[in-house]
Amino acid sequence: MSDSWLLVIGLEVHCELKTTSKLFCGCPNKFGDEPNTSVCPVCLGLPGSLPVLNQNAVEMAMAIGTALHCDIRPSTFHRKNYFYPDQAKDYQISQYDEPINVDGWLELPDGFRVGIERAHMEEDTGKTTHVGTSGRIHGADHSLVDYNRSGVPLVEIVSAPDIRSSAQARAYVTELRSVLVATGASDGKMEEGSMRVDANVSVRRSDGDPFGTRCEIKNLNSVRSVGRAIDYEAERQIALIESGDRVIQQTRHWDEDAGKTQTLRSKEDAYDYRYFLEPDLVPLVPDAAWKGAVADALGMMPAERRARLTELLEEADAETDARTEQIATVVDLGLDDLVVEAIAGGVPAGLALARTANEAATDAEAARKLDPGSYVTLLAMEAAGTLSATQSKAVLAELLSAGGGDPAAIARMKGFEAMSDNTLSVAVTEAVDALPEEWARYCAGEEKLAQVFIGQVMKATRGQANGKAVMAELQRLRAG
Amino acid sequence: MAGAPRLTRDDVAHVAALARLHLTDEELELFTGQLAEVLDHAADIAQLDLTDVAPTAHAMAVTNVLRPDTLAPTLDRDEVLAAAPSVEDHRFRVPRILGEAP
Amino acid sequence: MTAGRSAVDLAAAVRSGETRALDVLEGYLAAIDAGDGEVHAFNLVTGEAAREAAVAVDQAVAAGQDPGLLAGVPVALKDNLCTRGVPTTCSSRILDGWRPPYDATVVTRLRDAGAVMVGKTNMDEFAMGSSTENSAFGPTRNPNDTSRVPGGSSGGSAAAVAAGFAPVALGSDTGGSIRQPAALCGVVGMKPTYGTVSRYGLVAFASSLDQIGPFATTVADAALVFEVIGGHDPADSTSLDRPAPRVLSVLDEGIQGMTVGVLTEFLDGVDADVVARTRQAADACAAAGARVEEISVPEVRLGLSAYYLIAPAEASSNLARYDGVRYGLRVDAEDTTAMNTATRSAGFGAEVKRRIMLGTYALSAGYKDAYYDQALRVRTRIIEGFDRTYRRCDVLLGPTAPSTAFSIGAKSSNPMSMYLSDVCTIPSNLAGHPAISIPFGTGDDGLPIGVQLLAPALAENTLLRAAAVIEAAAQSTAGGGG
Repeated sequence: MSDSWLLVIGLEVHCELKTTSKLFCGCPNKFGDEPNTSVCPVCLGLPGSLPVLNQNAVEMAMAIGTALHCDIRPSTFHRKNYFYPDQAKDYQISQYDEPINVDGWLELPDGFRVGIERAHMEEDTGKTTHVGTSGRIHGADHSLVDYNRSGVPLVEIVSAPDIRSSAQARAYVTELRSVLVATGASDGKMEEGSMRVDANVSVRRSDGDPFGTRCEIKNLNSVRSVGRAIDYEAERQIALIESGDRVIQQTRHWDEDAGKTQTLRSKEDAYDYRYFLEPDLVPLVPDAAWKGAVADALGMMPAERRARLTELLEEADAETDARTEQIATVVDLGLDDLVVEAIAGGVPAGLALARTANEAATDAEAARKLDPGSYVTLLAMEAAGTLSATQSKAVLAELLSAGGGDPAAIARMKGFEAMSDNTLSVAVTEAVDALPEEWARYCAGEEKLAQVFIGQVMKATRGQANGKAVMAELQRLRAG
Repeated sequence: MAGAPRLTRDDVAHVAALARLHLTDEELELFTGQLAEVLDHAADIAQLDLTDVAPTAHAMAVTNVLRPDTLAPTLDRDEVLAAAPSVEDHRFRVPRILGEAP
Repeated sequence: MTAGRSAVDLAAAVRSGETRALDVLEGYLAAIDAGDGEVHAFNLVTGEAAREAAVAVDQAVAAGQDPGLLAGVPVALKDNLCTRGVPTTCSSRILDGWRPPYDATVVTRLRDAGAVMVGKTNMDEFAMGSSTENSAFGPTRNPNDTSRVPGGSSGGSAAAVAAGFAPVALGSDTGGSIRQPAALCGVVGMKPTYGTVSRYGLVAFASSLDQIGPFATTVADAALVFEVIGGHDPADSTSLDRPAPRVLSVLDEGIQGMTVGVLTEFLDGVDADVVARTRQAADACAAAGARVEEISVPEVRLGLSAYYLIAPAEASSNLARYDGVRYGLRVDAEDTTAMNTATRSAGFGAEVKRRIMLGTYALSAGYKDAYYDQALRVRTRIIEGFDRTYRRCDVLLGPTAPSTAFSIGAKSSNPMSMYLSDVCTIPSNLAGHPAISIPFGTGDDGLPIGVQLLAPALAENTLLRAAAVIEAAAQSTAGGGG
């Protein structure tokens, strides 16, 4: 990309709320099922049916607004009128000029704040399948509609045009996803469509210039495609301008396979949505008590949780620089409480973080359900040298797959007897005796050879020896 | 509307397309005249200065009507699909769609 | 002989076991059989289902169970009320053959109260009209003179009650669609306060204005039906969370000491015989001890224009769903847009198309503020005008319609002249207020005239007390009430 160009990016993220029922009716909020089974008169748009707002969806929207530092305001619903077969009423009920959440911000891990213009509620559409050779809309012979998704509650989070690079856009989506999961409003599964991203992209020469003409890119279903699509689109716009052409305001579709954006429609084709206040719903006016209750129920947000871990590691004097990624991982996976408990239980901070970020993270869902007590016990055994690292990892794997248990009992079952100091000492002496040349070089200061002896001892004890204890014994022998 | 141009055939044709209605030339002519007459009558309110008056969309002022997040019975799929003009694979079948959803 | 008996009497007779519900029903079915060929009040008569329902009521009575407040009372339903498994057409080709998979809340409440549904009545397509000529299934005729319209849009329900095909019926009133046909057919028709009767299962015309209400031959019967169908429904967000209405007990309390305002704007441009009957009704109120004064509410003059922007705007959105995808008519075409267009063009009649286009225009970019939003501001003004007036008086009195029933075809080629039929009824819908039309004698042509009472929101008690006084006066002073 030409260095002289600057990007201006705003993101619109649609987030499906994980309520039990749909936004305006009591149908199940799940749509992997058999087509057209989670439907009723309301979400099918049958004549005479009327919507009634789901209280839990409202509270999830308020939780999102609270987490994004928005003002939670009195709000209304409008009808957005357009014909499309997946739209059961041929209008979408959506918040329009009076959204529930306005004027917030999201802080990225590097401290940069992205403004949030609004986060409003709306209903999802049904799902259209295109039948024909391509499986896509163009060239399809006909299409089929399933209304299971019709009326699923969404919150659309609209950022300010504050984002300046594709990397920052990726960081925003990643952080927003963590926040949405932390509020309990979303499962954050982008790959399953529970978060969908549209990006508004424009380019300009310098910071002082007005924004360039923007294009909206739709169909970004992963953090990776957000980055790729923005980069592609920026290059496209720059190439246009540099060749003397101009950017036309339009909506473009990201083709993941082709790695390209393609024109969907231009501004001239803009729909006339004829928004008007939805007469079948009444205004939503949350009072201070209600807003307070939602805020009180909200747990710590990822930024705060990362700060908490960083602080604990600093207190423990563990090197934090290298730990940033591990901290992000455990917070993102919702495993940070395990780390905090382990540190509180006396486990060295570095070990607590490493085991959680590296091993527990491989099955985060099981780890989240783990009894923190048994997790702390296991790590304490490892820290005390009762279990080697290898043994500890094996016990943890068992704990995760079995959904819990007593670490000591599992260790016994696996035959992980703690090795006595004497046995260890014998094993180290045998290793030293077997490799006299290496021992001499180690004694001369070739430190990395310690690994050779540790490996030898591990082999001889079938992984039961504690690496740190072996190291200590080697140093004792050398010093002695 | 005060001083606004009278409704034209083109306006009516545009509105008919938005509403997915096809009008014959005769209908277009007839409806243009009839709708213009209604809008002429509405000039009595279009001319009023009501800038300080709040609009009323709901006659009765009610707020915060909510339902608990609980499940209610769904419809029987066979009954739902029996009402449809065309069905394939338990889905509503429609002819090809010309463009993506907005 | 059961025809001619009031619903109150019929229910009492059935509840006591004195009369069998099935016998009551057979009397009405015979009347329909004999007379509806000419009147065409019904789109569908559900005789067999009605017989089963009547037998169930009789069995409940025999078993000593409470059969409900409307035990054995036959009811006709406007064909825009959803009835499970029973065709609900809105008198439109686009819904021809559609059988709703659910019952409207009012239908459930009637059934639970022991009422016996006899059929679905004809109407102007999607309730858009004032004559019941805009029906895909042909017009309904006024039983008092079959060359005349019954009014509309609930003309089938009004005609059914007037012809003795059912003692009571339900209609819907968006701009006068209960009261105007009640007046033209010579029966009682009531529009309750917006939100007192659930709209769940009423096929929407203009959601912020639509309200379901009863037709009856007496004020007491209308009150009884209102008690049964009224009350909070969690399935309708605009349903008011209040106890079910209790109005029957107050009907004979009179209006001594009340102030009745004769609404002068409603007397403008109204036929002289209608004005004369309205003044007679005012005199009857005075004779009953009310203070009567002429009152001007200038804002109501703006009602017609506001209504013919708001109602079509909401309708244009409410009727978008008839697109040929999920139910009802489909006219096939190459692509979905063409299929939608072909379906809607073939399925909707001219009046529905006119209103959809009018409403689409009023909401479209560049015009919404001048038309739709302005109409909503006028709505505020009208409510303010009524509020001011109701500080001085308890109820307002005026004619229901500007004339007696007009001839079939007289206004069908001129939409604006048809729209003017609603000028006296529209303001109550815009304000959400209750109103009732009571038959009061006949006009110079011998056809029924209705006078209208209006009351503030939720003042159904006051409204019905005054209505009972006028009803009694009509029987003594107006020559039997037409």
